Amino acid sequence: MTVHSGATGVAQAPPQVQPRHRRATPLSEGARAERRLGWLLCAPAVIVMLAVTAYPIGYAVWLSLQRYDLRFPAARRFVGLANYATVLTDHLWWTAFGVTLFITAVSVAVELVLGMGLAMIMRWALVGRGAVRTAILIPYGIVTVVAAYSWQYAWTPGTGYLANLLPSGSAPLTEQWPAIFIIIGAEIWKTTPFMALLLLAGLSLVPEELLRAAKVDGASAWQRFTQVILPLMKPAILVALLFRTLDALRIFDNIFILTAGANNTRSVSILGYDNLFTALNLGVGSTISVLIFIAVAIIAFVFVKGFGTAAPGQEVDRR
Amino acid sequence: MSTRTAAKTSWAVGNTVVVVLALVPVLWLASLSFKDPSTIADGSFLPHKWTLANYRGIFQTSLFTRALVNSIGIAVIATLLAVILGSMAAYAVARLRFPGKQVLVAVTLLIAMFPAISLVSPLFNLWRQLGLFDTWPGLIIPYLTFSLPLAIYTLSAFFREIPWELERAAQVDGATPMQAFLQVIAPLAAPGMVTTAILVFIFCWTDFVFAISLTSTSRSQTVPAAIAFFSGASQFQTPIGSIAAAGVVITIPIILFVFFFQRRIVAGLTSGAVKG
Repeated sequence: MTVHSGATGVAQAPPQVQPRHRRATPLSEGARAERRLGWLLCAPAVIVMLAVTAYPIGYAVWLSLQRYDLRFPAARRFVGLANYATVLTDHLWWTAFGVTLFITAVSVAVELVLGMGLAMIMRWALVGRGAVRTAILIPYGIVTVVAAYSWQYAWTPGTGYLANLLPSGSAPLTEQWPAIFIIIGAEIWKTTPFMALLLLAGLSLVPEELLRAAKVDGASAWQRFTQVILPLMKPAILVALLFRTLDALRIFDNIFILTAGANNTRSVSILGYDNLFTALNLGVGSTISVLIFIAVAIIAFVFVKGFGTAAPGQEVDRR
Repeated sequence: MSTRTAAKTSWAVGNTVVVVLALVPVLWLASLSFKDPSTIADGSFLPHKWTLANYRGIFQTSLFTRALVNSIGIAVIATLLAVILGSMAAYAVARLRFPGKQVLVAVTLLIAMFPAISLVSPLFNLWRQLGLFDTWPGLIIPYLTFSLPLAIYTLSAFFREIPWELERAAQVDGATPMQAFLQVIAPLAAPGMVTTAILVFIFCWTDFVFAISLTSTSRSQTVPAAIAFFSGASQFQTPIGSIAAAGVVITIPIILFVFFFQRRIVAGLTSGAVKG
């Protein structure tokens, strides 16, 4: 960064200083050693990360272009985009896609509101700040599958304390919409703490003096929130939304335990898993994998470009 | 004074609601795990008849005990490797100038957001060909991949806060570079590394997608995956009690971490967000 800005500075104001072409001059021994060390230190991590992501996703693309049913491996052959046509014209895919988007939109929206409330509690509560902070870390850390079982038994008629609050005869987990809302509830319970902590990080950047000044100037609590706190927190909010949206789109564990995808409660991840391990269809399963990857990439791109989310880590070089 | 008391009371009420909501599902599972099999489906929030039979049951089956060994072994090894490789890369990111650093940070971020399910089908096939299917390394490798972004991110945030001048100062005072590193820098870097280790461990400990896709037997099945097979494969009376007990057992480490390292976990989770 600094090197580049220095170079443009030179280009704009050439007469004053002797042009320093830092790039042209050979690097000093120290700089070259630093460069080598930097690459050496990063190499193992980079290799591990790319070997298990870049290569397999390429391999998934290759598999998705083939008819490849593990029950009939001999019938394996190249079929071009036929699997994509199969998946994209199948209502199962679009149902799963819709369910995933719905769960993502509702849970992230609710979590944003709840997370903001929790962040404020953790910053300003007069009592019990530590207790809240400790308690919300339990949902964050707990194994999702374990929490999902807890919700499942809670909503099982007869067994569960929550199911017993409902009129008898209702089995919410066996109906599409009640089940989806239970899944959303489980997701919100589990991931709101993470959202709250990311927002707390943004909230702690809002200077107390500024809020006091706004109060002196007669701003109401709501005005202080919308006109002082929210604008200053915008970067943190966008980062939290980005993280949670991309995380929610891959929802798997909760649905797997709560409904196993029955009654049209499948997410795209569950659909991909089912095609791979129940139908043993590696070709179609890989197609779904690739489609999920593309969908996530598009949404991430829209976030970063459209909303101007500063990709976290971008300022890593700022020192 | 009275408005302050009122404010305090309303905060206390609000906070109590939050704490209760956060803990009820865990307490419910604990309650189920202590219920006598005959009363397990009675729908009461608290057990009427307490028993330890569910715990005795799961610890007598190799399905659970071996899964527990797998869970601990795989998570510990993946955590150690992630912290070592992550520290190396994070040191470079935080302290060194080299071309490609921005690319590294961008790639790291992309991987953090990668949908795990997209890797399941290719890895499933690759691992079968390479003989890694249903082995410890078969899980450790993807865990390492997905925890490295978290590790590099958190560690570089911590490393940037270390006053590295102290290292030179110690050397001026006559310490060898090794002494300077071990006695000055290492103690300063340790908290960040512990925090990172906890976050990575939690990540590996809670994974389910890879655990059910890349394993098939108790050779490498971790507890979250094994629990899902309890209902079918169990010889003991009620899977509900066993699942609840197993769930409580694997929640214990999380609760310990939260109680002893609460501040660190919060600092670790928020460090990246503040810095970035």
